Amino acid sequence: MAQVVIRNLNKKFDEVHAVKDVNLQINDKEFMVFVGPSGCGKTTTLRMVAGLESITSGEVLINDTVVNELPPMDRDIAMVFQNYALYPHMSVYDNMAFGLKMRKFDKAEIAQRVQEAADILDIGPLLKRKPRQLSGGQRQRVALGRAIVRHPQVFLFDEPLSNLDAKLRVQMRVELKKLHNRLGTTAIYVTHDQVEAMTLGDRVVVMKDGLVQQVGAPLELYNRPANRFVAGFIGSPAMNFLPVTLADTDGSLWAVGPEFRVKPPAAMAGRLRGHTGKAVLLGIRPEDLRVTNGADPADHTFEATVEVTEQLGSEILLDLTAGPAPMVASVEPTVTAKVGDRLRLAFNPDRLHVFDSQTEASI
Amino acid sequence: MAIATIGAAARQNRQRNPRPRNRLLEDERWLAFTLLMPTAILLGLFIAYPFFKGVMLSLSSSRVGIEGDFVGLANFAKIWNDSIFRTAVWNTFWYTAVTTVFKLGFGLWLALLLNRHFKGKAYIRAAILLPFIIPTVLSTFAWKWMFDPTFSVINWALFKVGLISARINWLGDPDLAMASIIVVNVWRAVPFFAISLLAGLQTISPELQEAAAIDGARPWQRFWYVTWPLLLPVTMVVVLFSVIQTFADFQLVYVMTGGGPANATHLFATYAYQIGIGTGLLSEGAAISLAMFPFLLLIVVVQLLYIRRVETR
Amino acid sequence: MIEGAAWRRWVFFYIPLTLFVFVLLFPFYWMLITTFRPDGELYQPWNSPRYQPFWTSNPTLDHIKYLFAETLFSAWLWNTMFIATISTAISLFCGVLAGYALSRLNFPFAGSLGTGIFVTYLVPQTLLFIPLADIIRNFKLGDTPWSLVLTYPTFLIPFCTWLMMGYFKSVPKELEECARIDGASRLQAMLYIIIPVAVPGILSAGIFAFTLSWNEFIYALVFLSSPEQKTVPVGVTSELIRGDVFFWGPLMAAALLGSIPVAMVYSFFVEHYVAGLTGSVKG
Ligand SMILES: Nc1ncnc2c1ncn2[C@@H]1O[C@H](COP(=O)(O)OP(=O)(O)OP(=O)(O)O)[C@@H](O)[C@H]1O
Ligand SMILES: [Mg+2]
Repeated sequence: MAQVVIRNLNKKFDEVHAVKDVNLQINDKEFMVFVGPSGCGKTTTLRMVAGLESITSGEVLINDTVVNELPPMDRDIAMVFQNYALYPHMSVYDNMAFGLKMRKFDKAEIAQRVQEAADILDIGPLLKRKPRQLSGGQRQRVALGRAIVRHPQVFLFDEPLSNLDAKLRVQMRVELKKLHNRLGTTAIYVTHDQVEAMTLGDRVVVMKDGLVQQVGAPLELYNRPANRFVAGFIGSPAMNFLPVTLADTDGSLWAVGPEFRVKPPAAMAGRLRGHTGKAVLLGIRPEDLRVTNGADPADHTFEATVEVTEQLGSEILLDLTAGPAPMVASVEPTVTAKVGDRLRLAFNPDRLHVFDSQTEASI
Repeated sequence: MAIATIGAAARQNRQRNPRPRNRLLEDERWLAFTLLMPTAILLGLFIAYPFFKGVMLSLSSSRVGIEGDFVGLANFAKIWNDSIFRTAVWNTFWYTAVTTVFKLGFGLWLALLLNRHFKGKAYIRAAILLPFIIPTVLSTFAWKWMFDPTFSVINWALFKVGLISARINWLGDPDLAMASIIVVNVWRAVPFFAISLLAGLQTISPELQEAAAIDGARPWQRFWYVTWPLLLPVTMVVVLFSVIQTFADFQLVYVMTGGGPANATHLFATYAYQIGIGTGLLSEGAAISLAMFPFLLLIVVVQLLYIRRVETR
Repeated sequence: MIEGAAWRRWVFFYIPLTLFVFVLLFPFYWMLITTFRPDGELYQPWNSPRYQPFWTSNPTLDHIKYLFAETLFSAWLWNTMFIATISTAISLFCGVLAGYALSRLNFPFAGSLGTGIFVTYLVPQTLLFIPLADIIRNFKLGDTPWSLVLTYPTFLIPFCTWLMMGYFKSVPKELEECARIDGASRLQAMLYIIIPVAVPGILSAGIFAFTLSWNEFIYALVFLSSPEQKTVPVGVTSELIRGDVFFWGPLMAAALLGSIPVAMVYSFFVEHYVAGLTGSVKG
């Protein structure tokens, strides 16, 4: 049982207000991911949970106990750092055993636990080596091993995969997921990579400028982003935003762009009514666009000019302009389009997003 | 299997946890205070206190074994009118300035020579540091022996080459004595300059040199426009250390000439020693060595400001 | 880069380098040769036809024997070794702790304390030796090795602290943070993680401090008076010269033998010494 609760948490460095009024509850066994652009306060929040950074105001609770004043050694947590922070003068075995020695476990139990962790992570043969004799991926495993031998209440990860090359990163991501399924320890994971966030997290916290933007399961963030920032941050390639005006023509609602107009689905119309006559942002994901086959209703199609084509093999990314607005569409690899072609695109009306252009909140 | 045991062990672990500890040292401020304590005590006792005591001494009329009275600035007035003291002041400045120029010139030259790849570089580098490692007093005796008026190997060499026909009394003539002292000081410090500047040179990427060469810069231009400006911060610090050490030098002059001939080669420190310890006029000696302080302070302040300017450029 | 003609290499590289090496090392050769030269050869005027500067035909150990039999040289060696070792140990202890505090911990006035250390680093011994002599007398430490063991740290600690600050800053902060999360207190993290990782830095500081204390002269000259308490540099200066008469043979033998311990320590740890030297002037 380990639950972490963060209440009205604030952190100010002299000038910088790095973390602003964060409220979160991380449930037992949950894998919670903090994601956001560089400098948004993810690391600072994590370090406050770890006890490495003093708390300006607010509270951190682990298992219903306020731990604000508890030094890190007494919080029963484990942390994996971006640069691994393996103790360079100790062998892999001693690295993993250090936390247990500090807690005065007896030798036999230390050996048993290190062996267990080494088996789980497949690093048995490396136990006698020094960290500098290991590859990046192996160091990563040792750092993980050092965290799991302790059987802590909470795992903290600060961008643990970002020093690995792309391929290894994907592989370790899968392993981390497996490991979590197996151990079931509550985990907080910081990353700026939204793919990692989506694939690893039971829930994801999106942060920006020290503020929490949205908390939710990965698909929830993808399908129902709370605001323009989250919509743009989650998903790759990023969502297209088209400035349009909502206009009431012939009793039905239209989103009118500079050189096109489309009809939002009836399901949305109710919510959009209140914004009639106002400028809003239309959000369409690249994967929700396709080249029309002629069967689509004209209300859900518009014309665009191809600027650049990017062949990815499994799909083609088309960089287009619809009037002055640039956009990206991800289309079937069978589409043949050349630069300069004018294409008629159709969008999936059920997956349209609309944002207030002032507050940027989802409508 | 593993999961089950881990789960069980995890529960045991919980109970082992909170143990009493010394919380005070978990507070950064208390820990810092504790860690700095030994240093503060030693430096306070043997630097701050002597400094204070030195000021008091210099304002009194103490001699060895006699607690003196407060006499104000009388000691300073007295040394101000002392012609030997004035010579010592002049000597100190002259000695510091001349040696610094030569040390820097030769040191830089040697550093540039060592900044190449050649066989046996590690050994050469290790060997040339010897003058700096070996206790100054001991190596200075070797020099004094080499400068000996009757048995001088330097005289012998100059004579063989045909540069001189009669002996030179190196340490017997005031100007030659000063020159000899300068030679030894430069000899001792060149390795220090060379190795420090070499370390500075090695932080300069060779690509910069190559880029400048491709841009058409001649070797001395490459040095002047690329290497030298980048080396300047290190150079300034090395010069700062050297200037202070030289300004306050004692052992070299003490061994070579003892301040002679006829008190012509005294520096602040040797004269302070002669008056304060030799003749036992404690307060006057303290005044002489304290007279160094404003100059040292000035040197440090000027150089630190300059270093800061160079570094933030 | 391409160097150009061979003669350029000679003129601009080999010849100057050889001259430097020759001039820098010649005095040591001179020490060596004088040590083993019999008096009869030694005291030949420079213009005598029998002056034979660079070699000796009858090497002798007389000067060395004289040194050990007739003077307290072995006591001086022992004193110097003892004082240098203990004062280095004290300075390392203080310097490592202070360097850690100043480079790693946040506390009020950390910055000004760091500057203070740097300033004391620049205080030369000759500024304070007269009042310090008075203090040593008052503490009843005069003419004991403790007078030096306690005062040498005043110039060694600032140096060690400075060097260790630089070194600690190069050790990633995450190492000790990780240790603290692993269950170590701040003190344990320092003892078990940071200090072991900083061993090369500590070694550098130690070697450098050792050579500095072996070299120290004025405090030893002023604080010690009885011949059997002296250090090598002071003993050589005061006991091997009678008035105006210099015993050059024993003097050079003493200079040679007195240099050997430092030279040996140095030769084992050249790289550490150089690291210490260059670290000491890093701003
Ligand atoms: N010790 C510090 N002193 C002053 N400002 C700090 C300190 N640590 C972080 N900051 C500031 O706090 C803000 C948040 O930093 P933080 O490290 O939490 O960002 P992050 O989300 O982890 O970014 P990244 O993805 O780059 O790691 C930044 O503006 C940063 O400059
Ligand atoms: Mg971060």
